[in-house]
Amino acid sequence: MPSLKDLKNRIESVKSTRKITKAMQMVAAAKLRRAQDAAEMSRPYSERFTAVMAGLARAVGDSEGAPKLLAGTGSDQVQLLIVMTAERGLCGGFNSNIAKLARVRGQELLAAGKTVKVLTVGKKGRDALKRDFGDNFIGHVDMTEIKRVGYEDARRIAQDVLSRFDGEEFDVATIFFSRFESVVSQIPTAQQIIPAAFEAGEDEGTSTLYDYEPSEEAILADLLPRGVATAIFSALLENGASEQGARMSAMDNATRNAGDMIDRLTIEFNRSRQAVITNELIEIISGAEAL
Amino acid sequence: MAQSFQFDLVSPERRLAEMEATEVQIPGSDGDMTAMADHAPTITTLRPGLLAVTHGGGTDEFVVVGGFAEIGGGVTVLAEQAMPRAEVTQEVFDALLGEARKAEENAADVDEAAKAVADVIAVGERLGLAARG
Repeated sequence: MPSLKDLKNRIESVKSTRKITKAMQMVAAAKLRRAQDAAEMSRPYSERFTAVMAGLARAVGDSEGAPKLLAGTGSDQVQLLIVMTAERGLCGGFNSNIAKLARVRGQELLAAGKTVKVLTVGKKGRDALKRDFGDNFIGHVDMTEIKRVGYEDARRIAQDVLSRFDGEEFDVATIFFSRFESVVSQIPTAQQIIPAAFEAGEDEGTSTLYDYEPSEEAILADLLPRGVATAIFSALLENGASEQGARMSAMDNATRNAGDMIDRLTIEFNRSRQAVITNELIEIISGAEAL
Repeated sequence: MAQSFQFDLVSPERRLAEMEATEVQIPGSDGDMTAMADHAPTITTLRPGLLAVTHGGGTDEFVVVGGFAEIGGGVTVLAEQAMPRAEVTQEVFDALLGEARKAEENAADVDEAAKAVADVIAVGERLGLAARG
Protein backbone atom coordinates (compact mmCIF):
# COMPACT_ATOMS: atom_id res chain seq x y z
CA MET A 1 0.00 0.00 0.00
CA PRO A 2 1.46 3.37 -1.02
CA SER A 3 2.24 5.80 1.72
CA LEU A 4 0.27 9.01 2.20
CA LYS A 5 3.13 11.04 0.78
CA ASP A 6 3.27 8.88 -2.38
CA LEU A 7 -0.44 9.32 -2.92
CA LYS A 8 -0.19 13.03 -2.44
CA ASN A 9 2.62 13.21 -4.99
CA ARG A 10 0.64 11.20 -7.48
CA ILE A 11 -2.41 13.40 -7.10
CA GLU A 12 -0.28 16.47 -7.65
CA SER A 13 1.32 15.02 -10.76
CA VAL A 14 -2.02 13.97 -12.26
CA LYS A 15 -3.34 17.43 -11.52
CA SER A 16 -0.54 19.08 -13.45
CA THR A 17 -1.05 16.62 -16.31
CA ARG A 18 -4.69 17.62 -16.36
CA LYS A 19 -3.68 21.26 -16.58
CA ILE A 20 -1.49 20.52 -19.57
CA THR A 21 -4.08 18.47 -21.44
CA LYS A 22 -6.70 21.11 -20.70
CA ALA A 23 -4.45 23.78 -22.12
CA MET A 24 -3.70 21.69 -25.18
CA GLN A 25 -7.37 21.14 -25.72
CA MET A 26 -8.05 24.84 -25.65
CA VAL A 27 -5.18 25.61 -27.99
CA ALA A 28 -6.44 22.91 -30.36
CA ALA A 29 -9.95 24.38 -30.21
CA ALA A 30 -8.65 27.80 -31.20
CA LYS A 31 -6.51 26.35 -33.97
CA LEU A 32 -9.38 24.19 -35.14
CA ARG A 33 -11.50 27.24 -35.80
CA ARG A 34 -8.79 28.79 -37.89
CA ALA A 35 -8.15 25.56 -39.75
CA GLN A 36 -11.85 25.04 -40.36
CA ASP A 37 -12.23 28.56 -41.69
CA ALA A 38 -9.30 28.01 -44.02
CA ALA A 39 -10.77 24.73 -45.24
CA GLU A 40 -14.12 26.36 -45.87
CA MET A 41 -12.58 29.32 -47.68
CA SER A 42 -10.87 26.99 -50.10
CA ARG A 43 -13.97 24.99 -50.89
CA PRO A 44 -15.62 27.28 -53.46
CA TYR A 45 -12.41 27.27 -55.47
CA SER A 46 -11.84 23.55 -55.47
CA GLU A 47 -15.50 22.77 -56.12
CA ARG A 48 -15.78 25.06 -59.14
CA PHE A 49 -12.41 23.92 -60.32
CA THR A 50 -13.37 20.28 -60.19
CA ALA A 51 -16.69 20.95 -61.90
CA VAL A 52 -15.07 22.74 -64.82
CA MET A 53 -12.32 20.14 -65.05
CA ALA A 54 -14.84 17.35 -65.08
CA GLY A 55 -16.70 19.04 -67.93
CA LEU A 56 -13.48 19.49 -69.86
CA ALA A 57 -12.36 15.97 -69.16
CA ARG A 58 -15.60 14.64 -70.58
CA ALA A 59 -15.12 16.72 -73.70
CA VAL A 60 -11.52 15.73 -74.30
CA GLY A 61 -11.13 12.59 -72.25
CA ASP A 62 -11.45 9.91 -74.88
CA SER A 63 -9.59 11.57 -77.69
CA GLU A 64 -6.19 10.30 -78.74
CA GLY A 65 -4.09 13.25 -77.66
CA ALA A 66 -5.48 13.50 -74.14
CA PRO A 67 -2.78 14.66 -71.73
CA LYS A 68 -1.08 11.97 -69.68
CA LEU A 69 -2.18 13.60 -66.44
CA LEU A 70 -5.73 12.79 -67.42
CA ALA A 71 -5.45 9.61 -69.45
CA GLY A 72 -2.61 8.06 -67.48
CA THR A 73 0.51 6.44 -68.85
CA GLY A 74 -1.36 3.35 -69.91
CA SER A 75 0.08 1.36 -67.05
CA ASP A 76 -0.41 1.14 -63.32
CA GLN A 77 2.78 -0.68 -62.49
CA VAL A 78 4.48 1.95 -60.38
CA GLN A 79 2.28 3.43 -57.69
CA LEU A 80 3.13 6.53 -55.72
CA LEU A 81 1.52 6.89 -52.33
CA ILE A 82 1.58 10.40 -50.94
CA VAL A 83 0.93 10.08 -47.23
CA MET A 84 -0.03 13.28 -45.51
CA THR A 85 0.05 13.36 -41.74
CA ALA A 86 0.74 15.79 -38.95
CA GLU A 87 4.12 16.86 -37.67
CA ARG A 88 3.12 16.24 -34.10
CA GLY A 89 1.43 13.52 -32.15
CA LEU A 90 -0.96 13.59 -29.22
CA CYS A 91 -3.93 13.75 -31.49
CA GLY A 92 -5.64 10.43 -30.93
CA GLY A 93 -5.76 8.03 -33.83
CA PHE A 94 -5.32 10.74 -36.43
CA ASN A 95 -1.85 9.87 -37.66
CA SER A 96 -2.11 6.13 -37.18
CA ASN A 97 -5.43 5.93 -39.05
CA ILE A 98 -3.93 7.57 -42.12
CA ALA A 99 -0.81 5.46 -41.86
CA LYS A 100 -2.89 2.32 -41.49
CA LEU A 101 -4.92 3.07 -44.60
CA ALA A 102 -1.75 3.73 -46.55
CA ARG A 103 -0.08 0.61 -45.19
CA VAL A 104 -3.00 -1.63 -46.13
CA ARG A 105 -3.11 -0.15 -49.62
CA GLY A 106 0.65 -0.46 -49.98
CA GLN A 107 0.62 -4.09 -48.97
CA GLU A 108 -2.23 -4.86 -51.36
CA LEU A 109 -0.29 -3.28 -54.18
CA LEU A 110 2.89 -5.11 -53.29
CA ALA A 111 0.97 -8.39 -53.14
CA ALA A 112 -0.39 -7.63 -56.62
CA GLY A 113 3.19 -7.32 -57.84
CA LYS A 114 3.23 -3.55 -58.26
CA THR A 115 6.10 -1.28 -57.39
CA VAL A 116 5.25 1.01 -54.52
CA LYS A 117 6.90 4.35 -53.87
CA VAL A 118 6.08 6.44 -50.86
CA LEU A 119 6.30 10.19 -50.46
CA THR A 120 5.56 11.40 -46.97
CA VAL A 121 4.33 14.81 -45.96
CA GLY A 122 4.63 15.31 -42.22
CA LYS A 123 6.96 13.51 -39.88
CA LYS A 124 4.50 11.22 -38.12
CA GLY A 125 3.53 9.32 -41.24
CA ARG A 126 7.16 8.79 -42.04
CA ASP A 127 7.84 7.35 -38.62
CA ALA A 128 4.80 5.09 -38.80
CA LEU A 129 5.62 3.68 -42.22
CA LYS A 130 9.38 3.44 -41.86
CA ARG A 131 9.32 -0.17 -40.75
CA ASP A 132 7.13 -1.51 -43.53
CA PHE A 133 8.06 0.75 -46.41
CA GLY A 134 11.42 2.17 -45.39
CA ASP A 135 13.00 1.02 -48.65
CA ASN A 136 10.19 2.50 -50.72
CA PHE A 137 10.56 6.08 -49.51
CA ILE A 138 11.43 8.42 -52.32
CA GLY A 139 11.06 11.69 -50.49
CA HIS A 140 9.78 13.61 -47.56
CA VAL A 141 8.24 17.03 -47.23
CA ASP A 142 8.90 18.71 -43.93
CA MET A 143 6.08 20.88 -42.68
CA THR A 144 7.53 21.70 -39.26
CA GLU A 145 8.35 25.25 -40.21
CA ILE A 146 4.95 25.95 -41.70
CA LYS A 147 2.56 27.45 -39.21
CA ARG A 148 -0.23 28.14 -41.61
CA VAL A 149 -0.61 26.11 -44.76
CA GLY A 150 -0.73 28.28 -47.85
CA TYR A 151 -1.38 27.48 -51.48
CA GLU A 152 2.33 28.01 -52.08
CA ASP A 153 3.16 24.97 -49.96
CA ALA A 154 0.73 22.83 -51.90
CA ARG A 155 2.19 24.08 -55.14
CA ARG A 156 5.70 23.17 -54.06
CA ILE A 157 4.61 19.63 -53.30
CA ALA A 158 2.68 19.45 -56.57
CA GLN A 159 5.71 20.62 -58.52
CA ASP A 160 7.83 17.94 -56.93
CA VAL A 161 5.23 15.29 -57.74
CA LEU A 162 4.74 16.54 -61.30
CA SER A 163 8.44 16.61 -62.07
CA ARG A 164 8.68 13.02 -60.88
CA PHE A 165 5.74 12.17 -63.11
CA ASP A 166 7.41 13.84 -66.07
CA GLY A 167 10.54 11.87 -65.23
CA GLU A 168 8.37 8.75 -65.51
CA GLU A 169 9.08 7.73 -61.96
CA PHE A 170 5.53 6.52 -61.40
CA ASP A 171 2.25 5.85 -63.19
CA VAL A 172 -0.42 6.44 -60.58
CA ALA A 173 -0.39 8.78 -57.60
CA THR A 174 -2.75 8.58 -54.67
CA ILE A 175 -2.92 10.96 -51.73
CA PHE A 176 -3.79 9.79 -48.24
CA PHE A 177 -5.25 12.27 -45.82
CA SER A 178 -8.03 12.66 -43.33
CA ARG A 179 -11.29 14.24 -44.38
CA PHE A 180 -12.77 16.50 -41.75
CA GLU A 181 -16.35 15.58 -40.96
CA SER A 182 -16.70 16.95 -37.46
CA VAL A 183 -14.69 17.32 -34.28
CA VAL A 184 -15.37 13.72 -33.34
CA SER A 185 -15.18 12.19 -36.77
CA GLN A 186 -12.32 12.39 -39.26
CA ILE A 187 -12.33 9.95 -42.09
CA PRO A 188 -9.04 8.67 -43.49
CA THR A 189 -9.35 8.96 -47.24
CA ALA A 190 -7.44 7.87 -50.29
CA GLN A 191 -7.81 9.97 -53.41
CA GLN A 192 -6.22 9.32 -56.76
CA ILE A 193 -4.80 12.51 -58.23
CA ILE A 194 -2.74 11.26 -61.16
CA PRO A 195 -4.27 10.38 -63.55
CA ALA A 196 -7.01 12.74 -62.53
CA ALA A 197 -10.18 10.93 -61.61
CA PHE A 198 -13.51 12.68 -61.72
CA GLU A 199 -16.70 11.34 -60.38
CA ALA A 200 -19.25 11.09 -63.11
CA GLY A 201 -21.67 13.20 -61.17
CA GLU A 202 -24.32 15.62 -62.34
CA ASP A 203 -24.13 16.29 -65.99
CA GLU A 204 -24.18 20.05 -65.91
CA GLY A 205 -21.45 20.16 -68.53
CA THR A 206 -23.72 18.87 -71.23
CA SER A 207 -26.42 21.47 -70.68
CA THR A 208 -24.11 24.39 -71.49
CA LEU A 209 -21.84 24.33 -74.47
CA TYR A 210 -18.84 26.47 -73.76
CA ASP A 211 -16.53 28.23 -76.14
CA TYR A 212 -13.00 27.47 -75.15
CA GLU A 213 -10.25 29.98 -75.50
CA PRO A 214 -7.63 28.75 -76.28
CA SER A 215 -8.59 25.22 -77.31
CA GLU A 216 -9.97 22.62 -74.90
CA GLU A 217 -6.71 20.69 -75.04
CA ALA A 218 -4.62 23.74 -74.25
CA ILE A 219 -6.84 24.71 -71.32
CA LEU A 220 -6.73 21.19 -70.01
CA ALA A 221 -2.97 21.05 -70.32
CA ASP A 222 -2.79 24.30 -68.38
CA LEU A 223 -5.30 23.31 -65.72
CA LEU A 224 -4.36 19.70 -64.97
CA PRO A 225 -1.11 20.55 -63.14
CA ARG A 226 -3.03 23.20 -61.22
CA GLY A 227 -5.62 20.56 -60.42
CA VAL A 228 -2.94 18.47 -58.73
CA ALA A 229 -1.93 21.46 -56.63
CA THR A 230 -5.56 22.21 -55.81
CA ALA A 231 -6.22 18.63 -54.72
CA ILE A 232 -3.12 18.64 -52.54
CA PHE A 233 -4.03 22.01 -51.10
CA SER A 234 -7.52 20.97 -50.08
CA ALA A 235 -6.15 17.72 -48.68
CA LEU A 236 -3.65 19.67 -46.59
CA LEU A 237 -6.38 21.94 -45.27
CA GLU A 238 -8.73 19.06 -44.50
CA ASN A 239 -5.83 17.39 -42.77
CA GLY A 240 -5.10 20.51 -40.75
CA ALA A 241 -8.67 20.76 -39.54
CA SER A 242 -8.82 17.01 -38.84
CA GLU A 243 -5.61 17.09 -36.86
CA GLN A 244 -6.83 19.85 -34.59
CA GLY A 245 -10.24 18.23 -34.24
CA ALA A 246 -8.67 14.90 -33.34
CA ARG A 247 -6.29 16.54 -30.91
CA MET A 248 -9.12 18.45 -29.32
CA SER A 249 -11.22 15.37 -28.64
CA ALA A 250 -8.18 13.35 -27.59
CA MET A 251 -7.19 16.03 -25.11
CA ASP A 252 -10.76 16.37 -23.92
CA ASN A 253 -10.75 12.64 -23.15
CA ALA A 254 -7.38 12.90 -21.47
CA THR A 255 -8.60 15.76 -19.31
CA ARG A 256 -11.66 13.80 -18.29
CA ASN A 257 -9.60 10.70 -17.52
CA ALA A 258 -7.23 12.77 -15.43
CA GLY A 259 -10.23 14.13 -13.50
CA ASP A 260 -11.50 10.60 -12.84
CA MET A 261 -8.07 9.52 -11.73
CA ILE A 262 -7.78 12.45 -9.34
CA ASP A 263 -11.16 11.53 -7.84
CA ARG A 264 -10.08 7.92 -7.36
CA LEU A 265 -6.74 8.85 -5.90
CA THR A 266 -8.33 11.38 -3.56
CA ILE A 267 -10.71 8.74 -2.21
CA GLU A 268 -7.81 6.37 -1.71
CA PHE A 269 -5.81 9.12 -0.04
CA ASN A 270 -8.67 9.93 2.36
CA ARG A 271 -9.17 6.28 3.20
CA SER A 272 -5.48 5.77 3.91
CA ARG A 273 -5.39 8.87 6.05
CA GLN A 274 -8.44 7.65 7.98
CA ALA A 275 -6.81 4.24 8.40
CA VAL A 276 -3.71 5.87 9.86
CA ILE A 277 -5.81 7.93 12.29
CA THR A 278 -7.82 4.87 13.32
CA ASN A 279 -4.62 2.96 13.84
CA GLU A 280 -3.17 5.63 16.09
CA LEU A 281 -6.40 5.82 18.10
CA ILE A 282 -6.40 2.05 18.60
CA GLU A 283 -2.83 2.19 19.76
CA ILE A 284 -3.58 4.98 22.26
CA ILE A 285 -6.72 3.28 23.59
CA SER A 286 -5.16 -0.15 23.94
CA GLY A 287 -2.15 1.49 25.59
CA ALA A 288 -4.47 3.23 28.08
CA GLU A 289 -6.37 -0.01 28.74
CA ALA A 290 -3.20 -1.89 29.50
CA LEU A 291 -2.42 0.41 32.40
CA MET B 1 -28.79 50.78 -66.80
CA ALA B 2 -26.96 47.78 -68.07
CA GLN B 3 -28.16 44.37 -67.03
CA SER B 4 -26.28 42.92 -64.12
CA PHE B 5 -25.09 39.39 -63.47
CA GLN B 6 -23.44 37.43 -60.68
CA PHE B 7 -19.68 37.79 -60.46
CA ASP B 8 -17.40 35.68 -58.26
CA LEU B 9 -13.67 35.91 -57.88
CA VAL B 10 -12.08 33.15 -55.84
CA SER B 11 -8.53 32.11 -55.18
CA PRO B 12 -7.60 28.86 -53.45
CA GLU B 13 -7.18 30.67 -50.17
CA ARG B 14 -10.12 33.04 -50.11
CA ARG B 15 -13.13 34.46 -51.87
CA LEU B 16 -12.24 37.95 -52.99
CA ALA B 17 -15.42 39.16 -54.55
CA GLU B 18 -18.99 38.09 -54.79
CA MET B 19 -21.26 40.75 -56.26
CA GLU B 20 -23.68 41.84 -58.90
CA ALA B 21 -21.62 43.27 -61.74
CA THR B 22 -22.49 44.83 -65.05
CA GLU B 23 -19.17 44.41 -66.78
CA VAL B 24 -16.03 42.37 -66.20
CA GLN B 25 -12.78 42.83 -68.07
CA ILE B 26 -10.86 39.59 -68.12
CA PRO B 27 -7.19 39.24 -69.08
CA GLY B 28 -7.56 36.03 -71.11
CA SER B 29 -4.48 34.26 -72.38
CA ASP B 30 -5.54 34.88 -75.96
CA GLY B 31 -6.37 38.52 -75.27
CA ASP B 32 -8.52 40.68 -73.09
CA MET B 33 -12.25 40.24 -73.19
CA THR B 34 -15.09 42.08 -71.57
CA ALA B 35 -17.99 40.01 -70.36
CA MET B 36 -21.40 41.57 -69.99
CA ALA B 37 -24.74 39.99 -69.26
CA ASP B 38 -25.75 37.24 -71.71
CA HIS B 39 -22.23 36.73 -72.95
CA ALA B 40 -21.83 33.46 -74.84
CA PRO B 41 -20.71 30.68 -72.46
CA THR B 42 -16.92 30.68 -72.55
CA ILE B 43 -14.06 29.25 -70.61
CA THR B 44 -10.72 30.94 -70.95
CA THR B 45 -7.43 30.63 -69.16
CA LEU B 46 -5.89 33.75 -67.66
CA ARG B 47 -2.60 35.46 -68.21
CA PRO B 48 -1.13 37.63 -65.47
CA GLY B 49 -3.07 40.85 -65.67
CA LEU B 50 -5.60 43.27 -64.30
CA LEU B 51 -9.18 42.21 -63.90
CA ALA B 52 -11.66 45.06 -63.73
CA VAL B 53 -15.18 44.67 -62.42
CA THR B 54 -17.75 47.36 -63.02
CA HIS B 55 -20.73 47.34 -60.72
CA GLY B 56 -23.30 49.75 -59.35
CA GLY B 57 -20.81 51.36 -56.99
CA GLY B 58 -17.96 51.89 -59.46
CA THR B 59 -15.08 49.74 -60.65
CA ASP B 60 -12.90 47.37 -58.65
CA GLU B 61 -9.59 46.14 -59.94
CA PHE B 62 -7.77 42.97 -59.05
CA VAL B 63 -4.41 41.58 -60.06
CA VAL B 64 -4.76 37.95 -61.10
CA VAL B 65 -2.13 35.36 -61.99
CA GLY B 66 -2.95 31.99 -63.47
CA GLY B 67 -6.23 30.10 -63.43
CA PHE B 68 -9.28 30.51 -65.59
CA ALA B 69 -12.56 32.32 -66.02
CA GLU B 70 -15.88 30.69 -66.66
CA ILE B 71 -18.56 32.75 -68.30
CA GLY B 72 -21.93 31.10 -68.11
CA GLY B 73 -25.01 32.39 -66.36
CA GLY B 74 -22.64 34.56 -64.37
CA VAL B 75 -18.91 35.04 -64.38
CA THR B 76 -16.69 32.98 -62.12
CA VAL B 77 -13.00 33.68 -62.07
CA LEU B 78 -10.79 31.07 -60.44
CA ALA B 79 -7.39 32.64 -60.13
CA GLU B 80 -4.43 30.82 -58.70
CA GLN B 81 -3.29 34.08 -57.19
CA ALA B 82 -5.53 37.09 -56.88
CA MET B 83 -5.42 40.27 -54.85
CA PRO B 84 -7.13 43.62 -54.84
CA ARG B 85 -5.15 46.30 -56.62
CA ALA B 86 -4.56 48.16 -53.37
CA GLU B 87 -2.77 45.17 -51.88
CA VAL B 88 -0.22 45.03 -54.66
CA THR B 89 2.65 47.03 -53.26
CA GLN B 90 6.12 47.20 -54.70
CA GLU B 91 7.17 44.25 -52.51
CA VAL B 92 4.29 42.06 -53.66
CA PHE B 93 4.98 43.00 -57.23
CA ASP B 94 8.68 42.20 -56.86
CA ALA B 95 7.74 38.79 -55.50
CA LEU B 96 5.40 38.14 -58.43
CA LEU B 97 8.02 39.17 -60.91
CA GLY B 98 10.70 37.15 -59.18
CA GLU B 99 8.48 34.10 -59.37
CA ALA B 100 7.79 34.59 -63.06
CA ARG B 101 11.50 35.02 -63.75
CA LYS B 102 12.33 31.91 -61.80
CA ALA B 103 9.71 29.98 -63.74
CA GLU B 104 11.32 31.28 -66.92
CA GLU B 105 14.66 29.80 -65.96
CA ASN B 106 13.31 26.26 -65.62
CA ALA B 107 10.61 26.51 -68.24
CA ALA B 108 10.29 23.99 -71.03
CA ASP B 109 8.41 26.47 -73.20
CA VAL B 110 10.67 29.51 -73.23
CA ASP B 111 8.34 31.68 -75.29
CA GLU B 112 5.42 31.18 -72.98
CA ALA B 113 7.44 31.84 -69.84
CA ALA B 114 8.94 34.97 -71.37
CA LYS B 115 5.44 36.16 -72.18
CA ALA B 116 4.39 35.57 -68.58
CA VAL B 117 7.28 37.73 -67.39
CA ALA B 118 6.34 40.43 -69.89
CA ASP B 119 2.73 40.23 -68.72
CA VAL B 120 3.76 40.74 -65.10
CA ILE B 121 5.92 43.73 -66.08
CA ALA B 122 2.97 45.15 -68.02
CA VAL B 123 0.78 44.83 -64.93
CA GLY B 124 3.43 46.74 -63.01
CA GLU B 125 3.45 49.51 -65.56
CA ARG B 126 -0.29 49.90 -65.31
CA LEU B 127 -0.04 50.10 -61.55
CA GLY B 128 2.88 52.50 -61.70
CA LEU B 129 5.33 50.00 -60.22
CA ALA B 130 8.76 49.62 -61.73
CA ALA B 131 10.35 46.30 -62.53
CA ARG B 132 13.55 46.10 -60.54
CA GLY B 133 16.53 43.81 -60.93
